[in-house]
Amino acid sequence: MSYLAQRLLHGAGVVLGVSVIVFGLTWLRGDPTSVLVPLNTPPAEMERLRHDLGLDRPLPVQYVEFLGRAIKGDFGLSLRQRQPALPLVLERLPATLFLVSSALLFALVVGIPLGMLAATFHGGPPDLLARLAALLGQSLAAPWVGLMLILIFAVRLRWLPSSGLDQPTGVVLPAIVAGLYPAAGLVRLLRTGMLEVLSADYIRAARAKGLPERVVLFKHALRNAALPTLTFIGVQLGFLFGNSVVAEAIFAYPGMGRLAVDAIGARDLPLIQAFVALAAIVVVLASLLVDSLYVWLDPRVRLA
Amino acid sequence: MSTARASRRASSSSTPARRQRRGRLGREPAVAVGLLAAILLAALLAPLLAPYDPLAQDLARRLEPPGGRYLLGSDSLGRDILSRLLFGARTSLLVGVLAVAASSIVGSVLGVTAGYFGGWWDALIMRVVDTWQAVPYLVLALAISVVLGPGLETLIVVLALGTWMTFARVLRGETLSVRASNMVLSARVVGATDRRIMLRHVLPQLSGSLAVLSSLMIGSTILFEASLSFLGLGIQRPMPSWGNMLLDGVEVLDTAWWVTVFPGLAVLLASLAVNMLGDWLRDALDPRR
Repeated sequence: MSYLAQRLLHGAGVVLGVSVIVFGLTWLRGDPTSVLVPLNTPPAEMERLRHDLGLDRPLPVQYVEFLGRAIKGDFGLSLRQRQPALPLVLERLPATLFLVSSALLFALVVGIPLGMLAATFHGGPPDLLARLAALLGQSLAAPWVGLMLILIFAVRLRWLPSSGLDQPTGVVLPAIVAGLYPAAGLVRLLRTGMLEVLSADYIRAARAKGLPERVVLFKHALRNAALPTLTFIGVQLGFLFGNSVVAEAIFAYPGMGRLAVDAIGARDLPLIQAFVALAAIVVVLASLLVDSLYVWLDPRVRLA
Repeated sequence: MSTARASRRASSSSTPARRQRRGRLGREPAVAVGLLAAILLAALLAPLLAPYDPLAQDLARRLEPPGGRYLLGSDSLGRDILSRLLFGARTSLLVGVLAVAASSIVGSVLGVTAGYFGGWWDALIMRVVDTWQAVPYLVLALAISVVLGPGLETLIVVLALGTWMTFARVLRGETLSVRASNMVLSARVVGATDRRIMLRHVLPQLSGSLAVLSSLMIGSTILFEASLSFLGLGIQRPMPSWGNMLLDGVEVLDTAWWVTVFPGLAVLLASLAVNMLGDWLRDALDPRR
C-alpha cells in the first residue's frame, strides 16, 4: 500500500475516533437530557423527552444513529438559533481558515529567518536574542498578548483595527496571537536542525570546494533542515486552530471559534459538537496535505 | 499544544555539537529555580503577604493607578491587584500541578504498558492518542467545560485531558528502547514479573523524561488556564486566578492598563521559570552527556 493511501486510511480512522469523542460529549454528565433542557423541568417532562429523543435505548444503538446523522451533516438544531447547527458553523469556516493560514504565515515568516539567523551566528548576539525571543514567545499567555496588541496598535497608535474583519487588515493582530507560540517553537526547531545539518560532512564538503556561504546555507543546509519543520507544522496545526479560538474571542473576529465561544453561555451543545467535529476534520485534512507535501519534498518517503 | 516541542525536547539526541550548543539560558538554573521558589513562596504565604483581602471591594477607590495606596493599583471594583495576584498564584499553580500530576500518571501507565507489551494494546493506545491529538485542544476543552459546567474541578480535568497523550507518546518511545536493553532482558531471564520489570527497571530509567515533561507541561497548563479562564471557562469570578484577572481588565483596557498588564506578567514569569527549568533539566539529566 502506498504511503499516501496509508495516511488516508489513518485519517479516516482518526475521524471515526473523533466521532466517538463528539458523541461522548453528550454523555459526559451521565444524562444528556439535563444539558438539553432548561433547569427546573419537571421529571415527567424529562422522562417523555428522554423517550422522544431515543435516549433510553442502548448506547451503541444511539452511537450508530448519531454517526449516521453526522455523516449526512445533521448535528441537530442549534439550541440558541433554532437552525441546523452544522451550516451555522460552516458559514464561519472561511474566516477561520483565513485566520489560521495567516497565523501560519506569520509563524513561518518570523520563525524561519530567526532560526536561521540563530544557527548562522551560533553563540553570538543574534543567537542569544533569537533564543530569548523564542523562550518569551512560548511563555506568553495568548489572551494577554492579544490585549497588549490592542492596547499598543489599536488604542495608542491606531494603526490596525481592534476588532472585526471589515477590512482584511483585521486579521493581522489575531494572526499574531494565534501564531506566536508556533513561531517560537519554529525558531527553536530550525535552529537545532540547522546546527545539526551544518556539522554534517556534506556541508564541510560543500564549503571545502569553495561554494559561497549563501549557497551552502540556503541550498544545502536549509533544504535538509526544512523537513522536520514540515512535521512540526503538521503537529502544530491543531494548536494553531485552538489558539485562534482565543484570538477570535478577543478581537470579535467573525470565525467559528467566536461562534462557539458565544454558544458557551447558552450551553448550545449541538452547535459545539458540530464545531468540534468540523475543527477535527479540518485538522485531519490539513495534516494529510502536509503528508503529501512530504512525499513531494522527500524522495525517501516516496520510495520507501 | 506543546506536544511536538516537549517530545522533541525530552528525547532529543545527543551529539558533540549539542554540548556546545547549550546556551547561557541553559547554564543558569539558578535564575529559574530562584524565580520559581519566589513564586511558590508568594503563593504559599499569600495570606501573610497580601496587604488587602483579595475579594474586598472598595468602590470609592476604583481603578487607582499603581504606586499610591495600592502598590499595583486597583481594579474596576476597587480590589487590590497585588493581593489578587498573590491569591491568584495559588489557584493557577494548584491547577497546573494537580492537572499535570493526573495526566502524568495516566500518560505514563498507558505509555509504558503500550511500549512494554506492544501488540494490539500498543496499537489501540496509539490510535487513541492520534485521535485525541486531532481535536484541537482548546476546542475540546471548550466543549467539555460547557457540558460539565465551568469550575476548578472541571478545569483540572480538562487540563489533564489535554496533556496526557504527550506523556503517553514520549514514554512509550522511551520504553521501547529500554525494553530492548540487556538489563531488562536479564531481569526477565531471572524470572521477574512484567509488573516488577516495568516498575523497578523501566520506570526509573524514564524519571528524567518524566521530570522534564512535567515541568514543561506545568508551563503549558499555566498558559491554558489563562486562556480558558479568559474565555469564562476556567476559575469563576470572584475567586481570583491569573486568567480571569485578564478578563477583568478587558473593559477598562484603554483607561487602566495595570489591571491587565500585571496578571499577564505574572503568567509570563511563572511559565518562563518552569520552561527554563525544564530546558535545564533536560540537559542536566541527559545520560548521554
